[in-house]
Amino acid sequence: MKNKRAWFSVPYVVWMALFVVIPILIMAVYAFTAADPATNATYATAANFTGMGVYLSVFLRSFWLAVVATLVCLLIGYPVSYWMAKEGPRFQRVAMALIMLPMWMNFLLRTYSWMSILENNGLLNQLFQSIGVIDLHNSVGAWLTDLRNSIAIRFAEDPDSFIPAVYHPIRYFQMIGTPGAVVLGMVYNYLPFMILPIYSVIVKLDGSLIEAARDLGADSARVFSKVIFPLSLPGILSGVTMVFVPAVSTFAISQLLGGGTQMMLGDLIEAQFLGGAYNPHLGAAISMVMMVVVVVCMVVMNHFGEGEEQAVML
Amino acid sequence: MSKELIRLRDCVMSYGDEVVLDHINLYINDKEFLTLLGPSGCGKTTTLRIIGGFLSPTAGDVLFDGVRINDVPPHQRAVNTVFQRYALFPHLNVFENVAFGLRIPKKDRDGQKVKVSEREIHERVMEMLEVVNLKGFEKRPVSALSGGQQQRVAIARALVNRPKVLLLDEPLGALDMRLRKDMQNELKRIQQEMEITFIYVTHDQEEALAMSDTVVVMDGGRIQQIGTPTDIYNEPKNAFVADFIGESNIIDGIMRADGVVEIFNRRFQCLDKGFAKDEPVDVVIRPEDVDIVDESVGQLKGTVTAVTFKGAQYDTIVDFYGFKWLIQTTDFCPVDSHIGIKIDPDGIHVMKKSHYSGMFGDYSSYSEEYEELDVVEPDGEDGEERDSQEGGYEE
Repeated sequence: MKNKRAWFSVPYVVWMALFVVIPILIMAVYAFTAADPATNATYATAANFTGMGVYLSVFLRSFWLAVVATLVCLLIGYPVSYWMAKEGPRFQRVAMALIMLPMWMNFLLRTYSWMSILENNGLLNQLFQSIGVIDLHNSVGAWLTDLRNSIAIRFAEDPDSFIPAVYHPIRYFQMIGTPGAVVLGMVYNYLPFMILPIYSVIVKLDGSLIEAARDLGADSARVFSKVIFPLSLPGILSGVTMVFVPAVSTFAISQLLGGGTQMMLGDLIEAQFLGGAYNPHLGAAISMVMMVVVVVCMVVMNHFGEGEEQAVML
Repeated sequence: MSKELIRLRDCVMSYGDEVVLDHINLYINDKEFLTLLGPSGCGKTTTLRIIGGFLSPTAGDVLFDGVRINDVPPHQRAVNTVFQRYALFPHLNVFENVAFGLRIPKKDRDGQKVKVSEREIHERVMEMLEVVNLKGFEKRPVSALSGGQQQRVAIARALVNRPKVLLLDEPLGALDMRLRKDMQNELKRIQQEMEITFIYVTHDQEEALAMSDTVVVMDGGRIQQIGTPTDIYNEPKNAFVADFIGESNIIDGIMRADGVVEIFNRRFQCLDKGFAKDEPVDVVIRPEDVDIVDESVGQLKGTVTAVTFKGAQYDTIVDFYGFKWLIQTTDFCPVDSHIGIKIDPDGIHVMKKSHYSGMFGDYSSYSEEYEELDVVEPDGEDGEERDSQEGGYEE
């Protein structure tokens, strides 16, 4: 080896081999085998993969919700990062602390908190109740129903066949157990991972580049689109990666906030290893497929940001 | 050369109590090469940024072609800037960097947005790259260029927009000595070829003298002197200018009559007139204007305290009655030898007293510093030491 200090990397290499490479190999072995229910003997097969079609909806939902969560993170995170980077160093320190603060609390605790906020008789619904939002909703609904009825009577028709009833009085807004709640949970948990890389790229942007663009005739909008945005792409790419990858494999959030109706890949895999559907071979196969899809996504993503500045891969 | 293009009228720039520019009055002619020269913190870059539109003066007016442009943002001024650290766009290649300004639709006289056609962009960029000797580099990423090449891209990027005025903020500061000299010639050539106004900021007096039509010497937020390079060198207005531009011995004198000045109780012929009788003055004597002669025939007599070989000449420090002079001569005079000097009338320049009097022009600290160095380095090859010691200006 040329570099005499290369042996410093030995612990890391050993660690990676023990806890990354070997587990992946074990997973691969599991994925391409199955256990005979009678004898418990394992045999090689590709059936785990060929039979995976039944889980297509779970795959689609996982990727769809992860994409939505990533986009929402980007839409919130970019302006926040941009604004933070433009402010003074004191403001930046405070803002950074505020962004990091929730991360010092346990992830499950945070998600449980959202549960108690979003529940049918949770904090948010109680708030809506107390300020009369729900009553307002009901009375608007009742008024619309009356309106429909009076119009229907004029035409001497049965109101329900004239316009089907679309309104039922509610006691609460259904928030928990919806895809929106799962996306909210993911955005809440992963937003810092979007803000931090984008912020650190923008804050390092050379101010003279912006002056140069202005000097060459660019107005503020053009300075942003031609200079600031292209130069913050590396931050966006690593932010997207850092949000998308955990989001697509998340499991607790979808269980707690999705109320069991929003099963995602993480939940599916967990069920194969720990849950009632015990089948580690299938779980391993699903994991493998998910890994491949994620890697493909990342490669494509990085291709967009081609050039010398590649996004930080995991 | 005569048409006035830019005028700064009573420009003041202050941040709270700190006054950065103190009533600057300056006009700049069309097609002129004007240099703002001064030590760091003198306000030269602030002045440039006001002209570029990046700063708005606290008070006073900026006029362009007779029109007040205080509130016109940089992207609407017919001025382009070459930045100190080039500020090239790292995500664009050489061609796209140069084309940046051309790709932005500009308003014409009727307020219509006009786009430059792709063909014209290509033509103009290529033409500009040829002017700065970068033909064949258009596809390269800017990060793959050397400092000098990046500098050329920055110049091309500014000039391709055909500005009326090019502002250059210490553009050669990051280059090594050799390259600087080449680029100085190159810039001068480009300026003459393109026939546009250059406003150049530097702290390097040699650079200023070599390139400029007009030099504006600044210090402490004020203009100390405006003039041609020869005026500035030969007729400095005060001790600061005399010291900042080249080497100077600055001695207290008394004007006894028109053309007669007294130094060290001796009368010297000079060419200066118009002072009051017996007015105390500062007298500048350039080191190269002093002839060393035999002690017996000298107008002044002194003792050599230090000698440095500089290649083209010896820098000789001579003690006259306790005041140390720098004399540059091709004659070698050993340390401790007693010599006389002669000064021709045109080698003496008399200045009115200013608040800079007594601050500059004494080489005592130099000689002591040199002697200390001499112990360590017997060959005494280092001439840079004095610059950093004596003036305290960044090199």
